[in-house]
Amino acid sequence: MIEPMAWCILAPFIGASLAFLLPGRVWRRPIAIGAIGATLASVWMLTSQVWNSGAQRMDLSGWPAPLGIGLAADGFSVFMIVMTGVVGSLIGAYALWHYSDLSDATEPAERRLFWPLWLILWGSLNAIYLSSDIFNIYVALEVITLAAVALITLSGKAEALVAAMRYLLAAFLGSLSYLMGVALLYATHGALDLVIIADQERAGLPEVGAFALMATGLALKTALFPMHFWLPPAHSKAAAPVSAILSALVVKASFYVLLRLWFGVFDGPAMYAVGILLGTLGSAAIIWGAFQALRQMSLKLLIAHSTVAQIGYLFLIFPLTARRPSGELAAAGWITEACTGVSYHALSHALAKAAMFLGAGVVLHVYGSDLLTNMRGMSRRLPITTFALAIAGVSLMGLPPSGGFAAKWLIVTAALGAGQWWWVLVILIGGLLTAGYIFLMLRWAFISEDAPIQLRPANMPIQLAALALALLSVLVGFRLEEPFQLLVIGDPFPIFDLP
Amino acid sequence: MPAIDYTFWILPAILATSFITGVATFFLKETHANLRAWMNMLAAAVKVALVVAVMEGFFSGESFEMRFSIALGFDFLLRIDALSLLLTALSTALWFLTTLYAVGYMKGSENLNRFFGFFSLCVTASVGVAIAGNLITFFIFYEFLTLATYPLVVHKGTERAVAAGRTYIWYTLTGGSVLFIGIVWLYVLTGPVDFTPGGVVAGLVDDHPIELIAIFAIMMLGLGVKASLVPLHGWLPVAMIAPAPVSALLHAVAVVKAGAFGIVRVIYDVYGIAFSATLGVLTPLAVVAAITIIYGSLRALGQDELKKRLAYSTVSQLSYITLGATIPGLMSTTGSLVHLIHQGVMKITLFFCAGAIQITMGMTRVSEMSGLARRMPVTCACFTIGAFGMIGAPPTAGFISKWHIGVGSAQAGQEWVILVLLISSALNAAYFLPIVRSMWFGEERRFALEASTGAGRREAHESLLVPMIVTALCSILFGLLASWSLSPLNMARIIAETLYITE
Repeated sequence: MIEPMAWCILAPFIGASLAFLLPGRVWRRPIAIGAIGATLASVWMLTSQVWNSGAQRMDLSGWPAPLGIGLAADGFSVFMIVMTGVVGSLIGAYALWHYSDLSDATEPAERRLFWPLWLILWGSLNAIYLSSDIFNIYVALEVITLAAVALITLSGKAEALVAAMRYLLAAFLGSLSYLMGVALLYATHGALDLVIIADQERAGLPEVGAFALMATGLALKTALFPMHFWLPPAHSKAAAPVSAILSALVVKASFYVLLRLWFGVFDGPAMYAVGILLGTLGSAAIIWGAFQALRQMSLKLLIAHSTVAQIGYLFLIFPLTARRPSGELAAAGWITEACTGVSYHALSHALAKAAMFLGAGVVLHVYGSDLLTNMRGMSRRLPITTFALAIAGVSLMGLPPSGGFAAKWLIVTAALGAGQWWWVLVILIGGLLTAGYIFLMLRWAFISEDAPIQLRPANMPIQLAALALALLSVLVGFRLEEPFQLLVIGDPFPIFDLP
Repeated sequence: MPAIDYTFWILPAILATSFITGVATFFLKETHANLRAWMNMLAAAVKVALVVAVMEGFFSGESFEMRFSIALGFDFLLRIDALSLLLTALSTALWFLTTLYAVGYMKGSENLNRFFGFFSLCVTASVGVAIAGNLITFFIFYEFLTLATYPLVVHKGTERAVAAGRTYIWYTLTGGSVLFIGIVWLYVLTGPVDFTPGGVVAGLVDDHPIELIAIFAIMMLGLGVKASLVPLHGWLPVAMIAPAPVSALLHAVAVVKAGAFGIVRVIYDVYGIAFSATLGVLTPLAVVAAITIIYGSLRALGQDELKKRLAYSTVSQLSYITLGATIPGLMSTTGSLVHLIHQGVMKITLFFCAGAIQITMGMTRVSEMSGLARRMPVTCACFTIGAFGMIGAPPTAGFISKWHIGVGSAQAGQEWVILVLLISSALNAAYFLPIVRSMWFGEERRFALEASTGAGRREAHESLLVPMIVTALCSILFGLLASWSLSPLNMARIIAETLYITE
């Protein structure tokens, strides 16, 4: 019996083992392509299974929780897995070239190690989205951290090592905090399964402590302002495909866990003040991250700071789904918009940000540096990459027509519907600052070059990978009906149907 | 009835003619000048044909609509109504002429694929603005227009052009964001609304009067940037750094018209003119428009650079549309709508001339143009016609618009508007007539002519002359033949009548 849920996790892990065991050059490409293909096939099967027959749950090796470990898939899990699959494969397409013998950007050791590490990371991401067990999630989070740190250090440059070290410490601290929360929960409820804990009676103070610890840890891993200090160096010093993986996918995993806990384990919506606090930190991130991005002189640092800002939007879901002290939902009638909007923001940011980092990789390869001032004349030399960066930028700014616009539309609607107009001001200013740094970047591309310079030729496949991601980030804005329907399967946001 | 007939697909097809051409142009070789020119001309011609077909169908009673659900309460809607036909016809016709002009004007310069590509995208956006059937769709094209014009504004790639581009993008994106908030806020109150003559919000007035006024103000603030209402006009004179065909398009059909058109849409098809009047939001807008008219003319007086003078003139002239739209009454609404067309053909003539003078003689300043008519008689004649139109002298098109707005305001009991019109016309004359006089009767300036080779007539190239002659003729004929049944005036009157039917 083929269980798509299990295969979504197993396929990348098997690929990783093969890539590790058969490091020879001839094997690299077939294994990479095979692993991507097998994972995508599993994702496809899981999607159609959930789409057709609703949310799924399975107990590994037949032991039901609390004894065994449960896997569960609802609409939201599938949404994230599909996002990871699409973005991950396109980054993989770029990496196939970047880590091949055709490229002079990488050393043999990097080429050997990239695929096992990335496939492990992919498998662990899927494991998080499917896991119904808070300890299991902890394990997956740790594996992700280790794989991500190893990926950053691949290039072997001193500054990458320093950045990776900082990232490692921050991520460990986050995991530790999360783990203590898990311990507290286990002590009070005697269970680790999300569903089982949620069904039990609320436990008062220990539970508040557990939530505080877990939320802090996860916010640190998601780089929520002011705990974002580790992100810009880590995401900008890595190689282009690694930066794309980190910024587009990895930060979303810990956010996903936080969202699950908010709705599924703790009665998050009852904590109005906490919701407002998280929203406020998110707003600070939006403004601060964008301001920092405006001050950068190098393309990759600019994009990395932009990630800090874009993560902030995700945290607006908490105040928008909270209940006022009087008990009524703040955004009653607009909850669907809030939840879909934030999920959609995660998706379109993943696509756009991956496109930008891959585009930056092309620039780095062709120009030999990613200083903005070096990008003169780029619109002529690299029209495809310039175009990719520009339309990914359009999605980030939230301008129509794009996924970013659809997300912004939904979030602003929910905020105005909730009467929480102050988030709207933040989104407005954040959008303008985003436009500021996107045009700061594009400006150089349009300025004519002073003197003709000799550059390396750009390779078509990597440019197309960036372009494909950028186009997708725009195209997803044209159709939201299906994502809407997907996201309500299995009721991942349990307040959907309340008045 | 077939599921998808031509009344459905012809609207996306109109957009696709220029969109596909635009995208395809990016992939051409830079040296394929002829292919590029023919491709763009052909697309423009096909678009004209499609629009003519739509017009014919519309006037014989067919309705054109394309609706596509993006998400709940979020429809992408293209629809032809009388109002959208007006702007569609204008953009399509002027696009054709401007493409012809641009092929001649840009000959031999660099980055032409980028230029023509975005040029086409820009027209796609402005037609989209015209045929959008609800506020969301309108907004999508409105912002798309901002993005598509940016590369055109910075086209020259100089530091100055890039700085102008920054000013442009900063103004328009801020305006766009403000407009966005207004649209979403309205959506939260009313749910999804399509443009409906007579308005759709009147039922809400008992519950949310303050909100409705606030939303109106926010939307005007957002639209006012592109409609260059003072004090939001700062980008327009700066953006004239763009190549002449771009300025022509920007000032006549694309960006500024999107703003003015949006204002008309909100007043007539969202709020409804009668309801807007009872809400008391029209008078403040009229005052702002009047200030803009005077201020723009005053600033134009002091400009020596011809394109800059024209730009300030646009600031002023454009607000006639807004001013006319804020005065309830058939006559003034007609004047406002017809000025949408008239200002387009007259201003594009002037920019065509300015560009031709610049590219043929290398002159950009008014003070250099003394005696120019002896060298470029046709261009100067066209310029003169455009200038008289702007002043509003009979029998030009400009006279027709001013007459209608003036009479309409008198009917509505707002005589002060006539005073504004008179002052403005005097100022128009004060900054246009000296140019005309020195062109025809001034002494030739030796130092200016030394730059150019040869003596005697040095008229502009045919591909520059033809478009400007056509638009100059239109500027006169639209005035002379105003009572003809197919004249812009008559169309505007028919449209205005539909806007008042529901009362």
